[in-house]
Amino acid sequence: MCRGIEKSFGEGQARVRVLRGTDFDARAGEMTFLVGPSGCGKTTMISIIGAILSCDDGDIRVLGQDLRRLRNGRLADFRLDNFGFIFQQFNLLPALNAAENAAIPLVARGLSTRKAESIAREMLDKLGLDDQTQKIPAQLSGGQQQRVAIARALVHNPKIVICDEPTASLDAASGQRVMELLSEVAMDAERAVIVVTHDDRIFRFADRIAHMDDGAISRVERRKSDSLESSDSPEEPSS
Amino acid sequence: MYRTALRMLIGDKTKLLGLIFGVAFSTLLICQQVSIFAGLLGRASSVINDVRSADIWVMDPSVRTIDASYPMRDTELSRVRGVEGVAWAVPLFKSQVQVRTREGRLENAVMLGVDDASLIGVPNEFLLGRVEDLALPDAIAINPAGFRLLFPGAELDVGRELELNDRRARIVAILDAAPAFAANLTIYTRYSLATAYTNPGRNVLSFIIAKSADGYESNAVAENISARTGLKAVSSSAFRIESIMYIIENTGIPVSFGTVVILGAIIGVAIVGLTFNQFIMENLKQYAALKAIGVKNIRLLSMTLCQAGFVCVIGYGLGLGAVVIFFRSTSDVDALRGFYLLPEVAGGVAVLAILIVLLSTLLSMRRVLTVDPATVFRG
Repeated sequence: MCRGIEKSFGEGQARVRVLRGTDFDARAGEMTFLVGPSGCGKTTMISIIGAILSCDDGDIRVLGQDLRRLRNGRLADFRLDNFGFIFQQFNLLPALNAAENAAIPLVARGLSTRKAESIAREMLDKLGLDDQTQKIPAQLSGGQQQRVAIARALVHNPKIVICDEPTASLDAASGQRVMELLSEVAMDAERAVIVVTHDDRIFRFADRIAHMDDGAISRVERRKSDSLESSDSPEEPSS
Repeated sequence: MYRTALRMLIGDKTKLLGLIFGVAFSTLLICQQVSIFAGLLGRASSVINDVRSADIWVMDPSVRTIDASYPMRDTELSRVRGVEGVAWAVPLFKSQVQVRTREGRLENAVMLGVDDASLIGVPNEFLLGRVEDLALPDAIAINPAGFRLLFPGAELDVGRELELNDRRARIVAILDAAPAFAANLTIYTRYSLATAYTNPGRNVLSFIIAKSADGYESNAVAENISARTGLKAVSSSAFRIESIMYIIENTGIPVSFGTVVILGAIIGVAIVGLTFNQFIMENLKQYAALKAIGVKNIRLLSMTLCQAGFVCVIGYGLGLGAVVIFFRSTSDVDALRGFYLLPEVAGGVAVLAILIVLLSTLLSMRRVLTVDPATVFRG
């Protein structure tokens, strides 16, 4: 839940106000899309929601935790425990194979490598990569790499998954496949999925679409069974 | 995460090889040069080391090194013998001579003349012949390196004749004397014969070597000798250090070796620093992703240190191995005799290698620590 989020970059005359009192909600069991033109503040918004960037003003509560009260080390722990990230460029470690890449959040949490990779292989299995676990990223297609990234985001069963343009580096068919898998595997009654995207071909996977413009949410659409509901203001927070 | 860090490093074989080469090259260069330097300093005191039975050296007050003596009067020997605490004292003549073989080969040699009666001062290790053989007419003993210098390819033997200052000398023994600083060929003979070979002038007594009596401490006896005779008297260990310090303070050798060592360190820092920095820069996005995922700075720092440590251990091990191979393969080379890898040098270079790697990775670590995890969202 974000209320009145303010964020500016730069100093003096070079100061740019990126977020202007932005409100945003993501609900468990839903896939929320955050869409808008380039430079409207989407990346800054998900960086703040993802506890990577701090805001200048406003109230941000994630899973009941006031993120503004957490310091750097605690923020990192909070991210590790509660967030899964899927990046546009996948950001897999090139020297590690698929299983090792997917196991990183578990290893970072202190699980043994063997146990972590075993769990990671199960996740890769769910994503249809059971025969690719030993391959390094360079040996995988873009779609397969993104599926490994999805496995890495989900392997530690986070409460919130943040996807930054997950289909931007993929062709249309791979993008659709990745989103289908994301819907199947990531969606959970206790998990909120936030997707930042420009790709209107995947809008059908959204439960809600928050449109952002000039540093604020301009409207939120609710999509149910391909029907469209629209409102001009953010909905009431529920999680 | 350490395994992940090592997999990241090992996965980039080109840079890994570059990093290891940098550390190994520095280790090899520094270790080898410092070892040779230490060996050279050892040669500066090799004659003192070989005279094991004496613990006091007496000389003209102006003398500062074993390699440059100023002759004393022969009567000084009696005065030293008369000092309380001196068990015995014998003369030692030291000079440089030119030696010529019958085949016409000419070499420089360090000649040491020991007391005619006792032959004290001759090293104990004889490969051929006996110490008593030095009592024979025109008898000299030489070191193996010197023999091979004079008679290349010949097996060590005795009975060969040499020409010293128009006089005949006959090799009666081969003894294992350490190579001297001034020449690889060392000749031991009787004091009277040595002075005859070199024809030095009125005063011929280079050094007096003495032994402190039971119950007397050598430094105290040396002070006593100085006080009573006006000569310079020091213990063997003090003279050894003084001779080494003379080389360090009065020759360009330390500067020359020091320059190579500094260059080795700089090259190491440059190679390792640039390669490691490149490695970090290429993986910066991945480090940012790890940070975004929730990996803490301290963990990333330890991962980077783990990579640096791995490079340091492998590089240092290979460099040290190369040094060992070098000294092993040259152990039969007379010119390099006395040069070997000292444990102190290996330990010191290990510390230096750690410093090189730490210094090299400092900048890269800073990049890892300050990388903004939000960059992963910026395409």
